Amino acid sequence: MPIGILLWCMFALLALALAAICIATRRYATPILYAASALICGVALFTASVNLIAGSPATLAFPLGLPWIGAHFRLDALSSFFLVIVNLGAMAASLYGIGYGQHESAPARVLPFFPAFLAGMNLVLMADDAFTFLLSWEFMSLASWALVMAHHRAPETMRAGYVYILMASAGTFALLLAFGLLAGPDGSYGFAAIRASHPTPLLAALVLLLALVGAGSKAGLVPLHVWLPLAHPAAPSHVSALMSGVMTKVAIYAFIRIVFDLLGPPQWWWGIVVLMLGGASALMGVLYALFQTDLKRVLAYSTIENIGFIFVGLGLALAFRADGFEAAAALALTAALFHAFNHSLLKSLLFFGSGAVLTATGQRDMDALGGLIHRMPITAFAVLAGCFGISALPPFNAFASEWLTFQAILLSPELPQWGLKLVVPAVGALLALSVALAAACFVRLFGITFLGRARTAAVASAHEADKFSLSAMLALATFCLLAGIFPGFVIDAIGPVIQDVIGAHMPTQASVPWLSIVPIAQSRSSYNGLLVFVFIAMSAAMTATAIHILASRKTRRSPIWDGGFPDASPVLQYSANSFAQPIRRVFGAILFRAREEIAMPPPGDMSPARLQIHLQDIIWDVLYVPIASAVGFVADRLNIFQFLTIRRYLSLVFVALVTLLLVLAIWR
Amino acid sequence: MALIRDLAVQGTQMFLVVLLAPFVTGLIRKMKARLQRRQGPPVLQPYRDLLRLMRKDVVLADNASWLFRAAPYLIFAATWVAAALVPTFGAGLLFSWSADLIAIVALLGSTRFFLTLAGMDVGASFGGIGSSREVMIASLAEPAMIMIIFSLALLARSTQLSTIAEYMLSPQVGLRVTLGLAFVSLVMVGIAENSRIPVDNPATHLELTMVHEAMVLEYSGRHLAVIELAGSLKLLLYISLIACLFTPWGLAPVGAGWQAHAIGATAYLAKIIMACAALAIFETTIAKMRVFRVPTFLGAALMLGLLGTLLLFVSRGL
Repeated sequence: MPIGILLWCMFALLALALAAICIATRRYATPILYAASALICGVALFTASVNLIAGSPATLAFPLGLPWIGAHFRLDALSSFFLVIVNLGAMAASLYGIGYGQHESAPARVLPFFPAFLAGMNLVLMADDAFTFLLSWEFMSLASWALVMAHHRAPETMRAGYVYILMASAGTFALLLAFGLLAGPDGSYGFAAIRASHPTPLLAALVLLLALVGAGSKAGLVPLHVWLPLAHPAAPSHVSALMSGVMTKVAIYAFIRIVFDLLGPPQWWWGIVVLMLGGASALMGVLYALFQTDLKRVLAYSTIENIGFIFVGLGLALAFRADGFEAAAALALTAALFHAFNHSLLKSLLFFGSGAVLTATGQRDMDALGGLIHRMPITAFAVLAGCFGISALPPFNAFASEWLTFQAILLSPELPQWGLKLVVPAVGALLALSVALAAACFVRLFGITFLGRARTAAVASAHEADKFSLSAMLALATFCLLAGIFPGFVIDAIGPVIQDVIGAHMPTQASVPWLSIVPIAQSRSSYNGLLVFVFIAMSAAMTATAIHILASRKTRRSPIWDGGFPDASPVLQYSANSFAQPIRRVFGAILFRAREEIAMPPPGDMSPARLQIHLQDIIWDVLYVPIASAVGFVADRLNIFQFLTIRRYLSLVFVALVTLLLVLAIWR
Repeated sequence: MALIRDLAVQGTQMFLVVLLAPFVTGLIRKMKARLQRRQGPPVLQPYRDLLRLMRKDVVLADNASWLFRAAPYLIFAATWVAAALVPTFGAGLLFSWSADLIAIVALLGSTRFFLTLAGMDVGASFGGIGSSREVMIASLAEPAMIMIIFSLALLARSTQLSTIAEYMLSPQVGLRVTLGLAFVSLVMVGIAENSRIPVDNPATHLELTMVHEAMVLEYSGRHLAVIELAGSLKLLLYISLIACLFTPWGLAPVGAGWQAHAIGATAYLAKIIMACAALAIFETTIAKMRVFRVPTFLGAALMLGLLGTLLLFVSRGL
């Protein structure tokens, strides 16, 4: 029974966390613990994949938790699919951790929380009542918070932890309210009971907004994303990979579970809200990413972009579903889930790469790196695959999911509402813009970090990562390529999920000749990753062979040409900031109020000229600064309550009691 | 029999574009020279240049990586695959279903990915400036292209290039506002993507204006030859794309006989010559823009594309 096996796996992970507390400081602890968690996640991954392909919904109840509810668990296609994502990422992270964990300065702060975090994410996916869900959700949040705080003495980590715990609590609170509204006055917290009840339109709209706040803040939806680029980079790199690649997908799961499954039939305007948030996240995320110089922050902001992409798919699915276009809704949801899967692989891979760079050089700042392709060739190769893939270029995997999203957008003129007719093409343009900018962002990331000349001495003497880290990265890169070459198999595997959630699914792709993918009809659109890959490989090989037979094969090495005046120092190379300068001038002036300040010394003065870039985070200034100052103001006013006498406290308690009783009396 | 014919069409097309590409470049150069009352190099000069480059040694920078050496072949291969999938004289390409228009544009995106990386590989300032400007241009040209694809796909109800071409040949097209917008926008994108005046100047080596040439400055010998050929191929690809989308007359339909293909080939040659003449006249009459005027130019292309798409979302009849 799969659900039993999975729960045993979670039990094993929790036991591992307890064991880690006892042995974390020993030298042998790191490899053993990570190997054990890789093994457990492997079992869970296998069970979940088998259940995804050929399984039926199963439930299990435990007499734990609240006495009159118990803890309910359920395993259906949707949770199986996300269990596959989580455990694949977790297994890769554990494998990577075997090597990467050796360099950890404070293993006792990481080892116990790592398996607990994994268990928390898995339990969220299996929860079948609101109480278990929220408990697991909060467990997951707190475990990840503890991991973020692993290097708690660094000032930026302290700030990250503070913002993260505030946002995580607010998110959980929103979800708590959402489930409260869903459960209704009777307090039926089981998901089965919630599914059976039908909330009024107003109530449903409120639940949607609360779910957007709760799940959206965890996923990093703009404007609730502020914690994400602080917290994800602060954690150790394999945990960053889990948080960015996997935990955001758990949030996506929560959104799908609440809005698509529990909430009943959608209204058409829900689609507009989700689409606009998704489009804004996609564009803002990638623009933020382009203006960062910290390797891991670039990756964190790029997560926001991809989450936006996924939410656009979800918004389209909502709109199509509200208007009764089941096949189109299935296509949009497939695109969203496929992209979620792709992003989990790609982002884990890229964070692993950034971790390898960090251990080898001690640097996360791109402007201090450079030329690592010579010192770390295998890492560079894997990261190149990741960068190529996440830029949504064929034949890698993200292109296939992006292509499906565009196909879904092209179906939307059928939608009858004018609001959707105007919003969908605009969001399509935002997506197209963010895809192009993402390619620029990852060219910049790879080019500045791995190409060119080493900018510091530490980088020039860097060493290749250990073999566990390398194997984790290469395995993920292979998965990315395979998912891009054989997208039809992934789409078919997602099929049962879509059937469960929407009630229809895309046509089976495995039977299409030549392993193409055909979302609607052959004459309408088709794409064949395998053939594109084979064609490129063949024509590249053909050209290279022909050139080497026909042309001169001699190669000479010489100093850099650079128009005859090569730069003397590697510091004078194009830097991350100068690379982004044209794009900053085009896009940053309005959205970020980007300014360049040039301090030029007067003639005769030998001091260097300085260029300073000022960027303003408008969302932070407009949304969060007022909230923070309002909270500060209220706290100042309420401060007098801290210094009352005991008589006044007692009378306050008395007044409060009387008021509550009065309210109750009037209510009845 | 049908399979053999399709295979023959696909194979001919694949090698035809590579063979024709330098001719197109040479023809444009010759026409421009004549318009400027210069004698100009012969039309076949690009072929000679390629052969000359092939015979020369490759001079690599000391710190060039494997990526720098592999990039020319990858760039050429991806451009070639994309060019082989755009109908030139016949719509019945055997493998047209393996990549639709979105995938063809994405293939060109992957060539740019490697070209910009190759520009940054040795860590020279020229390469950096070229790559950084190229991604800025692409960040506007690519979405504009996607918007054009959206307009065409909404009209033809397909993103398959062969289906769109057939739709454009059919009488139901008529004169449409959106097609006009898409055409103007596509021409603008094509000019930017192929580093032509007024966005970039293919003949310059002045650092203030270089984009494409700056990225390939470190290349020499056979590597440079392959990159130059890929550049010409990309220009021919855009000419074929515009020809097959907006002037599909003479294009042999799917399953047509040999005569239709012969007519198609003649029509294709005529279209190429017309396009070269138009480009040469345009480039002679206009001056190069400042780099930071380019976003305005491409922003206009993006807005035209978006406008076309919006109009089609509002009404299929526009």
